[in-house]
Amino acid sequence: MGAQGIEIKGIKNGILISIKDADWQTGRTALIEHIDQNLNFFEGAKLVIDAGDQVLKSPELADLRNLLDDRKIKLRGILTTSLVTERAAQDLGLAIQIDQTSPAPEKMPINTVLDGEEAVFLNRTLRSGHKVSHSGHIIVLGDVNPGAELVAGGNIIVWGKLRGVVHAGAAGDEAAVVCSLDLSPTQLRIADKISVSPPRKGKPRPEIARLVDGQLTAQDWFKINK
Amino acid sequence: MSAKVITITSGKGGVGKTTATANLGAALASRGQRVACIDADIGLRNLDVVMGLENRIVYDLVDAVEGRCRLPQAMIKDKHIPNLYLIPSAQTRDKTAVSPSDMIRLCNELRADLDWIIIDSPAGIERGFKNAIAPADQIIVVTNPEISAVRDADRIIGIVEAEEKGSPKLILNRLNPEMVKQNNMLSADDVVDLLAIELLGIVPEDKSVIISTNRGTPIALDPKSLAGQAYQNISRRLLGEDVPLLNLDKGSGFFNRISSVFGSGD
Repeated sequence: MGAQGIEIKGIKNGILISIKDADWQTGRTALIEHIDQNLNFFEGAKLVIDAGDQVLKSPELADLRNLLDDRKIKLRGILTTSLVTERAAQDLGLAIQIDQTSPAPEKMPINTVLDGEEAVFLNRTLRSGHKVSHSGHIIVLGDVNPGAELVAGGNIIVWGKLRGVVHAGAAGDEAAVVCSLDLSPTQLRIADKISVSPPRKGKPRPEIARLVDGQLTAQDWFKINK
Repeated sequence: MSAKVITITSGKGGVGKTTATANLGAALASRGQRVACIDADIGLRNLDVVMGLENRIVYDLVDAVEGRCRLPQAMIKDKHIPNLYLIPSAQTRDKTAVSPSDMIRLCNELRADLDWIIIDSPAGIERGFKNAIAPADQIIVVTNPEISAVRDADRIIGIVEAEEKGSPKLILNRLNPEMVKQNNMLSADDVVDLLAIELLGIVPEDKSVIISTNRGTPIALDPKSLAGQAYQNISRRLLGEDVPLLNLDKGSGFFNRISSVFGSGD
């Protein structure tokens, strides 16, 4: 973003505007014009003006501050090499020293919004005769009874007992997994591999089934190194 | 007073729907309730045989629906219990002879003069089943402790839930406590765990059921029979009483009782 004679860049906590090269009046006019054209962007912003070696007095700075105030923009400070300007800024209660390094990467807000992938969520128990097919993932909050069938292009997660037929990675995705609190499906398929559940020994544990070296393998969720 | 319509269904055939219908009807009527049992298994009627009323049939369900008789003419009075009626199905027609809306109309006509209407559904999930569940206020699923019967019951429950008929209740029929103990039969817990619906009652396997069915006398009227007691208890639960499940564990034979007395020492 730029305008005649001024330079604009983002800094920590605000926007830094340099009016070093142009003469003050021209720069100021250009700045206000530019702000008026981009009011949405500037509204509520905190500005720091780098005035370079320009010699400015309090009325000039106050005038700018008022113009910005009218536009709901706060003038936070003035950077200057001129003692006169520095003094004037101090008189107006403006900062004269501002950390003007650009936003430090480690201080950037972490983007916690993951894109995610398409899935269907079923908050119910699937009984015999029910069939659910989806090109993405399938998540069931409930049981999948024998005679029910789930076919997913992606992963299948059953928060409940899984006793029906499930097919994850139906389009050939060998990385697909099937997870369940009680993984005892009638038949389990991942990509083109098929297996049946071995008879259960002891109490059901949450398990994850996946392809390991082309073999369908189920592992105790709490014992694997995820 | 408006009758409550109960449909007894199962999915799989031969699990005891008709026996359950006849016995629940008899048990409720023996408690002073006004009950009509409707055989919705058109083309394969047998509720009349189980109730011992075969030779009294003049008009049937299809006659009533198609207007060849008035509805009360199709209602056969039971020979054992007052206030118990049977509307038999037609033997010479098929399921398409009536529609779900016919059944709803018929039941609405009956509601005013009765306390309970119990519909015996045919096996399967086709037209006859749809007819039977259409007018139901409450659906009861009958199953045996066999994998195939439980599988079908599960399917039926899924369909009933999809039709928004409310959660059905379960009767587990022909449970053999001896076989359960030897791990040769699904236990009531296994079945309820899978089907996850309210258990209305467990009817133990009982040879006298077959005898009473053949004689056309409901077992529910025999106070000595465990199965009969089970049906009486189910009818009391339907009437809102809180009745504990029968203890099926006690040995019924003399030697069983002896051995349990002596067995308590070890």
